Amino acid sequence: MSKEKFINLVSTAVPLPVENIDTDQIIPARFLKATTREGFGDNLFRDWRFDNDGQPVKDFVLNGSRYSGKILVAGKNFGCGSSREHAAWALYDFGFRVVISSFFADIFKNNALNNGLLPVVVSDVYLKGLFETVKANPSAAITVDLENQTVSSGAQVAKFEINKYKKTCMINGYDDIDYLLSLNKEVREFDLTHAGS
Amino acid sequence: MNDGKPKTIFEKIWDTHVVRRAEGYPDALFIDRHFIHEVTSPQAFDGLKKRGIKVFNTSRTTATADHNVPTKDQHLPIKEALSRHQVETLRNNCKEFGIELYDLGHPFQGIVHIIGPELGLTLPGMTIVCGDSHTSTHGAFGNIAFGIGTSEVEQVLGTQCILQYKPKTMLIEINGELGKGVVSKDIILYIISRLTSSGATGYFVEYAGDTIRQLSMEARMTICNMSIEMGARGGLITPDETTFNYIKGRKFAPQGETFDRQVMEWKKLKTDEGAAYDAVMKFNASDIAPMITYGTNPGMGMRVTDRIPTLAELKEINEQGSFKKSLEYMGLEPGSTLLGKAVDYVFIGSCTNARIEDLRLVASMVKGRKKAANVEVWIIPGSKQVEQQAIKEGLDKIFEAAGFELRSPGCSACLGMNEDKVPAGKYCIATSNRNFEGRQGPKSRTFLASPLSAAAAAITGKVTDVREMV
Repeated sequence: MSKEKFINLVSTAVPLPVENIDTDQIIPARFLKATTREGFGDNLFRDWRFDNDGQPVKDFVLNGSRYSGKILVAGKNFGCGSSREHAAWALYDFGFRVVISSFFADIFKNNALNNGLLPVVVSDVYLKGLFETVKANPSAAITVDLENQTVSSGAQVAKFEINKYKKTCMINGYDDIDYLLSLNKEVREFDLTHAGS
Repeated sequence: MNDGKPKTIFEKIWDTHVVRRAEGYPDALFIDRHFIHEVTSPQAFDGLKKRGIKVFNTSRTTATADHNVPTKDQHLPIKEALSRHQVETLRNNCKEFGIELYDLGHPFQGIVHIIGPELGLTLPGMTIVCGDSHTSTHGAFGNIAFGIGTSEVEQVLGTQCILQYKPKTMLIEINGELGKGVVSKDIILYIISRLTSSGATGYFVEYAGDTIRQLSMEARMTICNMSIEMGARGGLITPDETTFNYIKGRKFAPQGETFDRQVMEWKKLKTDEGAAYDAVMKFNASDIAPMITYGTNPGMGMRVTDRIPTLAELKEINEQGSFKKSLEYMGLEPGSTLLGKAVDYVFIGSCTNARIEDLRLVASMVKGRKKAANVEVWIIPGSKQVEQQAIKEGLDKIFEAAGFELRSPGCSACLGMNEDKVPAGKYCIATSNRNFEGRQGPKSRTFLASPLSAAAAAITGKVTDVREMV
């Protein structure tokens, strides 16, 4: 099943300068009951976005009209905690295609990459500058160029790392499973002969 | 892949599971054991159906219902429609694809990371995955076990492999005697408080040292379980006699001569002398005291007698905003102490601390005592087998006399997916693994602690230094 291809993106951004945003904040467990991948965007950041009565929390960044866009800029250690892929699905379903932070949790990073959501790691200094830029000018365009592995906002340009394999997958919309299925014969043999039980 | 260099136990297990290592690709790693549950598997089965592929080897996958199940009246149909649908979907998928399911009511049902070890499905030297970050629990047996996302669950179901880059290695060594009232949960909460909730991201941890060697298997599982809470992909402990004795005779473990032969192989699973780690951390057991968390990530922990740091004491000025937000959520003041703070709920359960030894520990503390009037106490055994054993030992009577409620197995209030939720603004001292905002219910406030400390708080109704009670 090929996914949407990601080559580059020019968009405004939504700033969320909070550190250690865990996947329980991105999508609380009580909203993990669906058996399909769609619709999780409705409950993205549910308990920050809505109060106990289900009313929008006025000063939460996704509720106002000041910020919008396909890029989320977040504090370090984004996506820590649970392995729930629903977190990546919720961000994607809401409309985000890129998350920029200075540090991502491992499992979240894999889940994002497996769903066409690009995690972009920048330095703490660049991240701070980006928060300031976006806050000062919410209509500032940020460019994420996957081919050249750069993120830029005006004159501020940063290079970001992504492993070659995942980059190819993102650009072409490939799934890991396509590659693994091609190894089927080797794996059958391995299953029969390898020493572990 | 034997190039003669000294290797860590982690590298040995990893390298013997690589089906293909190709330039430009992550390793294709063979998976020996796959555990699935109702929450992170339905979309994976959907993927298989859409692609028209079968489960690669059904004997390597085991399913149970745990995350979303009620802990009361498990013999009745699940009341909540979405939860019922999710469990029914698991049932249908397991039937269609031929996977063994330990469903509600089955004597082997329970939290996925508790039943694997107790059934002898979790063995040394294996690669183990599950769509749950606490899969790291199984590493206590000397294997590579880590949590994965649903796309990866689909990969493993369909191909018995996963594509992964080899993580870096970290050795965490703890030596010395543990003090009175200090148990394995305190060890891991202490380590996380020192490393922070992201301090081991990118690493696979090996826990070693004489303090670890002296721990029982169940205590070791508690430590490995929380590896993910400092960002590590997993954590393992070299298998030894304690491990082999635990495995011997378990339902699906190798038996008789096969077992003896396996033990010979398992004994080879250890880090070679001179093998290098990417990072090494050393701690003294004597520095560890009963621990408690005060914030909204497991790294925000302290000795129960310490006070919460002030803003000025934080190492990084950048963290002040998040730190303030966290304490505001918790309703706590920087610089204050938690001792004597009233709690409303006590949750004893989860894949971290719901095994029989945990329940025995709780019983030892509460025997002949009664819970404080201001608290509600839930004990959620980790599995049907744990529940039955507790009843056999009469622990249920002790709990009942103390005013504790012993319920049926499941993940329960660890993540509040079912109806076991801590109400908004209420404080819960919990033996689980996460104190995230809203983790136990919207606006709930969690203090993580050991089963012993949680039991002490249940008696006194407030945060207590357990050393005064043992």
